[in-house]
Amino acid sequence: MADCNETLDELNRFIDRELDADGCAAVEAHLARCPDCLSAFDFHAELRVVVAMKCQGDPVPPALMARLARCLGLPEGAADTVG
Amino acid sequence: MPLAGALYSAAMRLTRNSADAEDLVQETYLRGYRSYGTFTEGTNLRAWLLRILTNVFINRYRAQQRRVDETDLGDLEELYLYRRLPQLDAALASRSAEDQLMDLFTDDEVRRAVEELPEAFRIAVLLADVEGFAYREIAEMLDIPIGTVMSRLHRGRKAMQKSLYEFAMARGLVDGPGDGVVAGETRDHG
Repeated sequence: MADCNETLDELNRFIDRELDADGCAAVEAHLARCPDCLSAFDFHAELRVVVAMKCQGDPVPPALMARLARCLGLPEGAADTVG
Repeated sequence: MPLAGALYSAAMRLTRNSADAEDLVQETYLRGYRSYGTFTEGTNLRAWLLRILTNVFINRYRAQQRRVDETDLGDLEELYLYRRLPQLDAALASRSAEDQLMDLFTDDEVRRAVEELPEAFRIAVLLADVEGFAYREIAEMLDIPIGTVMSRLHRGRKAMQKSLYEFAMARGLVDGPGDGVVAGETRDHG
């Protein structure tokens, strides 16, 4: 059974879904019986989501959309749909 | 114009100013347009364009990618922000557990925490945390070993947490360094 230190060593790989099945199982087994580690893992998984969400959605300057349409030879207005 | 918003946000985090971000997005679309034949239908267009964007950014704005000091950010302790949560208790108490972090920090603070990272760490954090690339994909994009990706992510995330904690202190959400916090930091609480 993995202890707290061994489990915390895998924190990044776990929340990044980079552990193989055995590695995941070892972490999950520890988290199931260790509320302290579970709380730390929860926090970091949540923080990753917060960073992802807050770092997106910058309003695209209309001038950039017009520029893109021009340089790609698209008709006026074709750039209006921001994906 | 698919994905312009996603590309522009990524470009803003990388270049940290709108003029360079606009140039970077335009160059990305031009390259993507010219090399569209190499895009495999049915694969992820967003990931494909972000690869181009990262590549353009590295080539245009960054010559020193290979001379990164991997220890650049010093040696911050593990779980930097999490260990200081008790000090954030008052600020967090009124929020549901799920929304605590989402509400605690503003968009601007999180963006600044990312943008203030040294470039090599910033790119790794952006590609992993924001864009969701796998370590192997990031390693290929940056032409560095997977171990280096992990090290930059690990250090970058800790430094980001330190910035976030300092933002919380500056806003008066916490009183200031308590037990276990490195002493001797001078900062303006303005």
